[in-house]
Amino acid sequence: MTEKASMRRVMIVLLVAASVALGACAAKRPVAAPPAPAANEAVQGSGAGSANAAAGADEEAAGPQAGLLATHLVYFDFDSSEIKGTGTDVVAAHAKFLGGHAGTRVRLEGHTDERGSREYNIGLGERRAQSVRRALLLQGAADAQISTVSYGEERPAVPGHDEAAWAKNRRVEIVYLAQPLPPK
Amino acid sequence: MRPIPASQLMSGRRRLAGALALIVVGLCAAHNARAALQIEITSGVRDPVPIAIVPFARAVAADGGLDVAEVVQHDLEGSGRFRALPRERMPAAPTRAAEIAAAVWKGAGSDYVVVGRVTAIDNGQLAVDFELLNTLTGARLAAQRFVGAASALRNAAHRVSDVIYQKILGVRGAFATRIAYVAVDGSPPAQHYQLIVADADGANQHLILDSRLPLMSPSWSPDGQWLAYVSFETKHSGVYVQLVRSGERRQVSARAGVNGAPEWSPDGRKLALTLGGSGGNPDIYILELTSQELTRLTDDPAIDTEAVWAPDGHSLYFTSDRAGSAQIYRIAAQSGAHPTRITFGGSYNARPRLSPDGSQLAMVTLDNGAYRIAVQDLASGTVRVLSHGRLDESPSFAPNGATLLYSERDGERGALATVSTDGLTGLRLKAPQGEVCEPAWGPFSP
Repeated sequence: MTEKASMRRVMIVLLVAASVALGACAAKRPVAAPPAPAANEAVQGSGAGSANAAAGADEEAAGPQAGLLATHLVYFDFDSSEIKGTGTDVVAAHAKFLGGHAGTRVRLEGHTDERGSREYNIGLGERRAQSVRRALLLQGAADAQISTVSYGEERPAVPGHDEAAWAKNRRVEIVYLAQPLPPK
Repeated sequence: MRPIPASQLMSGRRRLAGALALIVVGLCAAHNARAALQIEITSGVRDPVPIAIVPFARAVAADGGLDVAEVVQHDLEGSGRFRALPRERMPAAPTRAAEIAAAVWKGAGSDYVVVGRVTAIDNGQLAVDFELLNTLTGARLAAQRFVGAASALRNAAHRVSDVIYQKILGVRGAFATRIAYVAVDGSPPAQHYQLIVADADGANQHLILDSRLPLMSPSWSPDGQWLAYVSFETKHSGVYVQLVRSGERRQVSARAGVNGAPEWSPDGRKLALTLGGSGGNPDIYILELTSQELTRLTDDPAIDTEAVWAPDGHSLYFTSDRAGSAQIYRIAAQSGAHPTRITFGGSYNARPRLSPDGSQLAMVTLDNGAYRIAVQDLASGTVRVLSHGRLDESPSFAPNGATLLYSERDGERGALATVSTDGLTGLRLKAPQGEVCEPAWGPFSP
């Protein structure tokens, strides 16, 4: 996607967010149409903005559930992005599925445990997502089918502050997306 | 009631946002109002300065019930360097220095007495007059007036605290400043994120942004008007800048891969950023905000992130694991520069922040298996570990350089904490519910 198209999408998302915010408040007081965003990428926000955008092209789907494909999680050791153990088989199964379903898209979401600084953990989570991406590509998936995002330590899967919780939070989630790739 | 604009000062600036935006914001913000952070003093100096802050004469109809002397007492005691005389033990209730019998207050154990008055003046404005008296010498050390709208009375009280702190300790106080932080409610995996701005004492909170997806890394512009931050609202990281007063915001980076760690340059014209690109390798860039021109600073297969500017704007400090573990490096703020490693002690040093005078580097360090806040003297290389938690992170200097604000885990919950750079005083700021993290201390107000 080009920079411009990406910006346009964000504008739309923010407009939707603005109208959602208006809707939420409209029940209490009648209001006129939302303010139009200014030119360029500036958006007329509010003293307390809401970033709860409506779902767009990145809406999630349940994805395949047969056998190993039912597992959408790959776990990692502390400070490591090496895929190992059952993670290897899980990634192989998803690679094979993606190779056979060329229109299907996934988003790889990298996560870390809570230890260490937050932005550095964004880097570690990205490294894990890229590790899974490379393994998928090597085993039959195509680049256009895969996007990555790192949430670092910001979205733990489970609460808790011990090794048991940390082990569950050091992960990559393979998230299937609802909207297919356009046919070639 | 509509919340007071977060940036409202005694000068009484007007909001720029349109009336419609105000209606929307007012309703939504009122709905999202949060209870103030609760302060707990965790350590103080052995011999705090004894001071009496006498209740101010009040303009009862106009002052909205705010007890100015109580705010001042709260500020000074929260610094860990003052001990206030309880009101029930005060020998008298003067409101002017001329009415103070110094010997009587000295007898009650107070080295200093603060008196003052809130009076309604023209145009619905309030005047706060205060005087500071040394009971040992009888000298009047300060007599000052702050004028502003009733809604800015709390800010005036913090300014009174700033003057008292400076007159007695010789360091400019930082009570009339603001902090930004992220509040997280709910249990994983269903969490809810809010970016909040509050007074430095945790009171007077204002919601800046609300999201079901993570918000992180708030950074103040040098003039205190803008916040830069990272939002995942599009299910992808993006860097935004937002005018605190009006809420107007702009997306400044939503490139492929990581968009993170925004940090304003001292001249306010550029942001240091971490960008990952589609290949997923985070490096440091400088984004010129007006021209959108992007300059790449580092190009290394390691994770390079968390850049922060030296106060002179000529160089930046950042975290990199290029030598195998996270350490801090310095690099000149120009394309093609080579980084120099700054930290050598231990296996993990990350998230650098510079003191306002540029002499001290605060960071997160791995200390005996715990993540703690440490300060390295850049001239001598000496490192002091200042915090005592297990998962301390995100250090941020007060604009007077005297205190560090950081986040910690207190039991199950994330809280904010402060420690003075001499390590002697500290306090904890806790939300009544949920977690608070990623604090950023704003600049001095004009």
